[in-house]
Amino acid sequence: MTTPVLAGAVAARVRWRTATVAGVVDETPGVRTLLLDVPGWPGHRAGQHVDVRLTAEDGYRAERSYSIASAPEDPQLALTVERLEEGEVSSYLCGELRAGDVFELRGPIGGYFVWGVQDGGPLFLVAGGSGIVPLMSMLRHRSAMHSTIPTRLLYSSRRWDEVIYRDELLRLADKDPGLVVTHTITRDAPAEFRGYRRRIDRAMLEEAGWPSGDAPLTYICGPTPLVEAVANEMVALGHDPARVKTERFGPTGPVE
Amino acid sequence: MPDPSPVSRGFHRKHPAATQAERLPPGQYETRDFPVLSAGPTPRSPLAKWDFTLRGVDGRAARWTWAALQALPRAPRTTDIHCVTKWSKFDTHWDGVSIDTLLAEGAKQGVTSAPFVMAVCDGGYTTNVPLADLVDGKAMVAFIYEGEPLDPEHGGPARLLVPHLYFWKSAKWVRELRFMERDQPGFWESVGYHIYGDPWREQRYTGDP
Repeated sequence: MTTPVLAGAVAARVRWRTATVAGVVDETPGVRTLLLDVPGWPGHRAGQHVDVRLTAEDGYRAERSYSIASAPEDPQLALTVERLEEGEVSSYLCGELRAGDVFELRGPIGGYFVWGVQDGGPLFLVAGGSGIVPLMSMLRHRSAMHSTIPTRLLYSSRRWDEVIYRDELLRLADKDPGLVVTHTITRDAPAEFRGYRRRIDRAMLEEAGWPSGDAPLTYICGPTPLVEAVANEMVALGHDPARVKTERFGPTGPVE
Repeated sequence: MPDPSPVSRGFHRKHPAATQAERLPPGQYETRDFPVLSAGPTPRSPLAKWDFTLRGVDGRAARWTWAALQALPRAPRTTDIHCVTKWSKFDTHWDGVSIDTLLAEGAKQGVTSAPFVMAVCDGGYTTNVPLADLVDGKAMVAFIYEGEPLDPEHGGPARLLVPHLYFWKSAKWVRELRFMERDQPGFWESVGYHIYGDPWREQRYTGDP
């Protein structure tokens, strides 16, 4: 009997490194991007995440996972963190933390929910709330590589001022005929907003996505109910489940 | 010697220590929710077409329909579960058929065991577990959670339950246990997750000791 040795199974240990905060960017009232210097960072693929470990003066430690927002090509590693009401770690990262502070980090982690230009397309990205983060890494990677792979993003947010990376998405789509960004706002959309005003449903996926005949690669990231609903609709629309990749988190998930 | 962890300025414990902190493996925190984590869409198998297979290295197999599996003796269990994404959940209640029972029934049908097992699932998911971690009451094929049929999102109609390992080893939508002479990585194990996955040794990723 043969034992296939897979590339991922022989990778080196994912060890803890010290990250220094080079800067922070407040994206929305509850979401912050951390720009990090991480000596020895081995690089990542778009879609991967890291584990963050904080240590208090009394030795108390807490670990959480956060998606990487930056492209592999970017000079600094960027994490985008959503502040959660009871979040011990997220409230620190989105509050107290400032340039010059340090914490531990290890990664990159996750070798499945990843996309690179070599994976081709067409690409369909579906995000709910802060589920945009790993998908933004993919879009930034695509842009950095000057890729023309036809790409559509459908992004659901509660409110217009909670849309993360709103201006950058606008800029990316503006200069790139291969990228179409569609927003849906589920609460209190401004009067002038020209997009959808409801939760993602089958009709929206048909209009903003690709026909199953185009066999897109689909990445869905967001809170579990959104991801479950969208993934189920994609399968019902005839898309090959093997080309639909999901990453779930959020309100019904862990507290962070 | 590893360097000591740097202190993160201004970070301190926000919540009181868990009342049963000794039940939390390193790096975990307690949740009362039951989060869902899967790599793709939730597969749905009609029970009329569902079956469960135990397959030896030589290809000999024992197979149970849904009804036949339900007719086997049950082994309810209350246990803590630990997900590699950091959440742990205490005192979850499960019911199903222990792997010991399935092995004994399989042996009657000529299925011989081997030191390693690959769990094979609807949707193409696989995960590897040593046989020693499945026997002596350590694991079951579970189809009841908290007194109700297991939801598809949580692996229903049936999932493997190996709660002393990280929860990705408790394969959702399990359809087959396939014996192997030598250990081989399953789905997550081949994309960077630990080959064994003991939460108490914090074996999250490839290369963790």
